[in-house]
Amino acid sequence: MKTEQTKALNIAAAQRILVLDGAMGTMIQQHNLSEADYRGEPFSDWHCDVKGNNDLLSVTQPELIYDIHCAYLAAGADIVETNTFNATTIAMADYDMQVQSREINLQAARLARRAADEFTRKTPEKPRFVAGVLGPTNRTASISPDVNDPGKRNVTFDLLVEAYVESCQALIDGGSDIIMIETVFDTLNAKAAVFAVSQVFDSIGYELPVMVSGTITDASGRTLSGQTAEAFYYSLRHIKPFSFGLNCALGPDLLRQYVVEIAAVAQCMVSAHPNAGLPNEFGEYDMDAAEMASHIGEWAQSGLVNIVGGCCGSTPEHIKALADAVADATPRTIPKLETKLRLSGLEPFVH
Amino acid sequence: MTTDIATFINIGERTNVTGSARFKRLILDGEYEAALDVARQQVENGAQIIDINMDEAMLDSVEAMQTFLNLIASEPDISRVPIMLDSSKWEVIETGLKCVQGKAIVNSISLKEGEAQFLQQARLVQRYGAATVVMAFDETGQADTQQRKIEICQRSYKLLTEEIGFAPEDIIFDPNIFAVATGIEEHNNYAVDFIEATRVIRQTCPHVQVSGGLSNISFSFRGNNPVREAMHSVFLYHAIRAGLNMAIVNAGQLEVYDAIAQELREAVEDVILNRRDDATERLLELAPKYQGDGKAAAKEDLSWREAPVNKRLEYALVKGITDYIVDDTEEARLAAERPLHVIEGPLMDGMNVVGDLFGEGKMFLPQVVKSARVMKKAVAHLNPYIEAEKDGVGSSNGKILMATVKGDVHDIGKNIVGVVLQCNNFEVIDLGVMVPCETILTTARERNVDMIGLSGLITPSLDEMVHVAKEMERQGFDMPLLIGGATTSKAHTAVKIEQNYHGPVAYVANASRAVGVCQKLLSPTARPEFAKALSEEYDKVRDQHARKKPRSKPVTLAEARANKAKPDFSGPPVSPNNPGVTPVTADLATLRHYIDWTPFFLTWSLAGKYPRILNDDIIGVQARELFEDANQMLDDFIANKRLQAKGVIGLFAANSIGDDIEIYSDESRQNLAGIAHHLRQQTFKPNHPNYCLADFVAPKDSGHADYIGAFAVTAGIGEDELAQEFVDGGDDYNAIMVKAVADRLAEAFAEYLHEAVRKQYWGYANQEQLDNDDLIREKYQGIRPAPGYAACPEHSEKQLIWDLLEVEKHTSMRLTESYAMWPGAAVSGWYFAHPEARYFAVAKIQQDQLHDYAGRKNWDEKTALKWLGPNLND
Repeated sequence: MKTEQTKALNIAAAQRILVLDGAMGTMIQQHNLSEADYRGEPFSDWHCDVKGNNDLLSVTQPELIYDIHCAYLAAGADIVETNTFNATTIAMADYDMQVQSREINLQAARLARRAADEFTRKTPEKPRFVAGVLGPTNRTASISPDVNDPGKRNVTFDLLVEAYVESCQALIDGGSDIIMIETVFDTLNAKAAVFAVSQVFDSIGYELPVMVSGTITDASGRTLSGQTAEAFYYSLRHIKPFSFGLNCALGPDLLRQYVVEIAAVAQCMVSAHPNAGLPNEFGEYDMDAAEMASHIGEWAQSGLVNIVGGCCGSTPEHIKALADAVADATPRTIPKLETKLRLSGLEPFVH
Repeated sequence: MTTDIATFINIGERTNVTGSARFKRLILDGEYEAALDVARQQVENGAQIIDINMDEAMLDSVEAMQTFLNLIASEPDISRVPIMLDSSKWEVIETGLKCVQGKAIVNSISLKEGEAQFLQQARLVQRYGAATVVMAFDETGQADTQQRKIEICQRSYKLLTEEIGFAPEDIIFDPNIFAVATGIEEHNNYAVDFIEATRVIRQTCPHVQVSGGLSNISFSFRGNNPVREAMHSVFLYHAIRAGLNMAIVNAGQLEVYDAIAQELREAVEDVILNRRDDATERLLELAPKYQGDGKAAAKEDLSWREAPVNKRLEYALVKGITDYIVDDTEEARLAAERPLHVIEGPLMDGMNVVGDLFGEGKMFLPQVVKSARVMKKAVAHLNPYIEAEKDGVGSSNGKILMATVKGDVHDIGKNIVGVVLQCNNFEVIDLGVMVPCETILTTARERNVDMIGLSGLITPSLDEMVHVAKEMERQGFDMPLLIGGATTSKAHTAVKIEQNYHGPVAYVANASRAVGVCQKLLSPTARPEFAKALSEEYDKVRDQHARKKPRSKPVTLAEARANKAKPDFSGPPVSPNNPGVTPVTADLATLRHYIDWTPFFLTWSLAGKYPRILNDDIIGVQARELFEDANQMLDDFIANKRLQAKGVIGLFAANSIGDDIEIYSDESRQNLAGIAHHLRQQTFKPNHPNYCLADFVAPKDSGHADYIGAFAVTAGIGEDELAQEFVDGGDDYNAIMVKAVADRLAEAFAEYLHEAVRKQYWGYANQEQLDNDDLIREKYQGIRPAPGYAACPEHSEKQLIWDLLEVEKHTSMRLTESYAMWPGAAVSGWYFAHPEARYFAVAKIQQDQLHDYAGRKNWDEKTALKWLGPNLND
């Protein structure tokens, strides 16, 4: 059943540059939701505040989330991401909602599925796909939370695997076509996610395409846990990803050089969904749609990318502009990489 | 051969409790900090992967592996390289796999417990994203013969690649290195078995690597390191040629193959290659001769004197021995057709060996400089004969002019680069220090040089280099230009220098890079491509630089001032015991106890903290030798009064007005002796003040009387003459050593004097009790920032110190036009006594402060730009 969707995805990716959706948080913010809106009916007497728990909205305000998906699909997105960035049991602990994790992931996947199917029906020549999102969690497996105790960790690999297995299973049950591990700032967290995803694939007896997308946190050109883009790829390529790329943290202008680095080595599709610029003093992103599209259009012309989209600060307007900008471009072709032992620490080591 | 060696991977073995008694003790004692140092040193010394093993009965290996890996993750100097997780227990390996973010190597899995377990573990290795070592081990045991090694590896390869799709490039076979020369006949062929099996495995299993634990081979010679090292080298020499491309090696325990004494090498080769039945007996017989620590052996071992003269010359060059060089050179000259042939033949051959060993990281900088000393002695001996032939034209790789630019007196780095280039057969014309642009360019034309190298240490020298580049362009030069020295950088070269000159411009980060760069730039075939690559690289750097946004937001000068530091001035200030100007001196015997040695080793490219560096596994020998030489020189300085230390201090009444400090000539505070101008940090600091040194002196309008001090010291009176004596004697090593030691003495003087000021001259901390370690860590009250450095980066302020203290009159120290101090071994600065006074970096300032500062100093815009350039955003 899933193999049909995977085949359709591969065909689409071979023909054109695919478009991801944009930011979920920016769109939710526009609704100025209250604590009561977040709680909705089911959690009206929950014992702690839940305002800001955007992932919960898939359960309490499903139509609002559905509409956002539709807005992005209408703007031209081929792939919509589920509203599950913080939906693992680990991240849900902030609201004491670990138990709700499965339900939230499941409902979020169903909403995205419903929206994608709706649009596929309208334009069958442009099939739409659902990427079930596994976020980074709010903990780091390779960085100490205490500067005075560098050996300390507030999460372990095993705990992460457990959390990701639960989310991943629910995302698949809810109808995801793709599993997307995104905004990776600690590669060890992502290795746990990849490990969990393989376990789930084993248990269901088939595999879905996996997208991996990391975050270069600043001009140092490294992830938060210190790896260069190339080293990061070598750490995770064993999942045989459908696509590998970067998102968040930087705008397209600053991100380009690292996309180049990945495009040169990745033996799979390359994805990039940058922020709409860097946040200004008020924490707002102010790169407009036209400017963002001109950057990403140039990437497409330069043959760097197969999948593009937007992260923080981007809106359907941005997605529309960049979908137009890449519409006629040829997708990147995968370079031939010499067969060598490719290891990594913080830096790549090729022998 | 070189390509094989170049692609050979060194795996560090010191972080292995089964192999290193020291590491084991550290882990058992829970001394993880020191254990991390062991890992760090390995990486610094060139280990490309580090092997970590915690298999020790007294240890919770799982716990130790996890703790150590978590700590390593916080050390970017270590975790930049991949990790090899080494354990005989799968549980320990799996724990390790859950702690590393990079792609690691598992060491190891095998068919020992059957196919099912082998494949199950291999699947997990895949799932965790690692490569793996596969031991040549199966259900019946460890493979010893060539045939068994090959069979097991081929079977493992087939299973891994065909059954579970394991990537062949992620397989590393270890066909088992076993001890030879054990006295048991069956063991005699073990090395040959390994070498031949390696050859077949590499041929029949595409893409795999072959590795091994090297130290096993010499197990029967425990306690005799020279023989063990020789066995390791000989074994590697042959195994690498058969396809071994990785090994767990203690790089410090590896003799250079060519440097092994002939008779020893032959005996070892007989054993390794199993060439004769009595090979073991013969090596055993020979071994005691080489027994003992390196020193005793070196003293006793004069066997190299028996070699033919060319070999003796090479040996003397590689080992840096000057004792026999004149006699040997003379012998070679008598045998040669022409004296020049001695240079072009055996001497250059020897230096090429040195160059290669240095390039491969098998020799260290101090050794190379000593080799150069031997070379110079030999050439000095030959020169009169060559002159007599009236044909001085030697064939060198090229002629390079080197100079420290106008206004700068620092030349240690430049001299080191010069020596290294000479070692590689470049002719170096060294114009010395403070060389004006026109002298450089005129000399370059007259002497018909192939390349110009500029050096400098202080920030104003950067501008002077830009000037030289522009002049070269204007005067129609097109030879390559090299840029080096402590304040230079690739970014500065790209943004400021390269664009001004159309010829190739190369930034050279350190001495070891210089040779490669010069060779490429002077080769007609390699130059165009290299020059193009350089210019593309600089384009990229410029591009990155242009796109770089400041990490932190700037604030206006007014905002920065509003956020000034407000130390508590309510306590009574301590008025100085000795106000006014006081000339001081110190004897070198006292100062040597105040020396901070760590930077001294860095000068010689040996990185590591003193005193630990003296016992470092790899560079310890070099560090000890260097330290001994430096101390011998100090003994000589002291006994024969070769250098003089002189200084002057001044303690004055003072108050701040804004970012300036008014300095008064007496306690009446009516007569101004001078005004010190300071700069203020101008980035957004939500949690800290925007510091300016003036903040640490009580404001004039506060009504509190306050004080400031200044000092200038040198320990370099006589250093230039002394260094020149050594240069004239062909001894660059000691010429550089003079300056390196004098530099340390000047710093020691500043430290010593600061203590005396705190306790006596000023006396604000007369209860202080600190040892040298505490002094180095600056655990005292008050600071002594130096103009030209982070807290007061503008160099021209040194003039005020010179005026206030009449420095030149008291010490004969001078300032150049760029405000570099002469002699080079000198320190000057301010004293601030306030307990809250601290060091900070002004870093980038904005246009408003530039104008404000120019106004305060009565400068025009151009002058301000010149002196504050390094602190402005480009």
